Amino acid sequence: MQRYSIFSLLRNALSYHEGWERAWRAPELKPAYDVVIIGAGGHGLACAYYLARDHGITNVAVLERGWLGGGNTGRNTTTIRSNYLRDESIKFFDASVQLYEELSRELNINIMFSQRSQVDVIQTWPKLRDLRRRSMASELQGADYRLISTEEVYRRIPILADLQRSRLPVIGGAVQERAGVARHDAIAWGYARQADAAGVEIHQNTEVTGIARSPRGEVTGVETNRGAVRAGKVAIVVAGNTTQVAAMAQLRLPIQSYNLQAFVSEPIKPVVHVQVNCPDAGMYVSQSDKGELLAGGAIDQASSFRQTPRYSVLEDAVTALIEMFPIFRRVKLMRQWGGTIEFAYDASPIISKTPVPGLYVSCGWWGGFKAIPIGGRTLAYTVARDEPHPLNAPYSLQRFDRLNFLMEPGTVTNR
Amino acid sequence: MHLVPCPWCGERHESEFAYAGEKKSPRPLDAGSLADDVWIDYVIGRANPRGVTREKWWHVRGCGLMFSIERDTRSHEFVAGSAEAPR
Repeated sequence: MQRYSIFSLLRNALSYHEGWERAWRAPELKPAYDVVIIGAGGHGLACAYYLARDHGITNVAVLERGWLGGGNTGRNTTTIRSNYLRDESIKFFDASVQLYEELSRELNINIMFSQRSQVDVIQTWPKLRDLRRRSMASELQGADYRLISTEEVYRRIPILADLQRSRLPVIGGAVQERAGVARHDAIAWGYARQADAAGVEIHQNTEVTGIARSPRGEVTGVETNRGAVRAGKVAIVVAGNTTQVAAMAQLRLPIQSYNLQAFVSEPIKPVVHVQVNCPDAGMYVSQSDKGELLAGGAIDQASSFRQTPRYSVLEDAVTALIEMFPIFRRVKLMRQWGGTIEFAYDASPIISKTPVPGLYVSCGWWGGFKAIPIGGRTLAYTVARDEPHPLNAPYSLQRFDRLNFLMEPGTVTNR
Repeated sequence: MHLVPCPWCGERHESEFAYAGEKKSPRPLDAGSLADDVWIDYVIGRANPRGVTREKWWHVRGCGLMFSIERDTRSHEFVAGSAEAPR
């Protein structure tokens, strides 16, 4: 594999950048692999990478219906944070933030992880109580998330509207200093490149149409639009469409799909230096390195696979944005889009083996981008050893057997 | 703008309605005698189909009627004439 560095950049500049190697191969599909991962998004590619790095399993194929990183990995608002409520979630997501801190070096690609902090702007007393509870839970786990005063909120976000005489004045805030944003494509490409270098095969435009099982019920492989592939173990990592793919193995999961949308404005000068989350207004916004405002709001209220923005929801988010930042009222929006996210019954993700031997699943992701490194690493552990890693044991499917819910209010930022 | 066809009021703006989940089979009367997995599937199981599905909608900021209707989860379009309200 060609290493990326200032020297390789200079060397390739001399040949007009025509000598760069392809970042990953496009090999022929083999008839059999040890492990097949369905879905080449962040979690699937990270799983492939950690299977090779931590467990020495390299006879792996990642099958992707569309193009690499084209699902929710390429559609999210790239927030990386760990201000959750449950002990299990704080440990899990904080481990992810720590992996992100090392990821550029580890993957030899600049993921542009910018730990610019996230500030929650609190405008109601119930939300203040909620976030105070979460800050205390974080403190117990050694994660950094703490309340700040109204003055401190305005010091960190100087362009925030003066709301002190409005219906919902700012009554406080909360901050996670280590929260940040990263470049989503670089994460998918970085994992793909390193997994490929370790021997993993990535097959794009390869749609899984069925999951083959032996008469005893074990998984024996998958059927694809390019022919059948045998595999001892199959992992479903298909954010949004898990219900449909799991049904190929007669597996029914307690998850529902929703449409979550986001939008970006035209680029403007740097004015917001932190990620701003306004749970009471129902909106979050950060400014990209290019100067675009990247914002989002609520989900569509009913279940959806539409992957497009919806005007009534967009209008609510824009209204909230203008209310909190009147300075943006004449900024134009450039693009808006939607992605299919999943919500498990208790709002915590599922990274687990399933009742079908040899079949594993990583699903229920709402804000799964922040969990890519640890989600991939714990899924790889679960696939390799057929038992959960201590960090994802709370996220096993068996918790539903006894309705042992892990209710998690920290999943959703905007409310 | 998205209009929801309420069986009582006719087409009204979506913001007047609350989505109340998939329409499920009636709640079993003898829940205590069911096998655990059957009961748990009734409580938390979801069909979550990619296509037409029957759902409950509540005209909460309108006439207050709770009714069921078919909708396509790929396009969000309601199936004309599919609304059913309890008598």
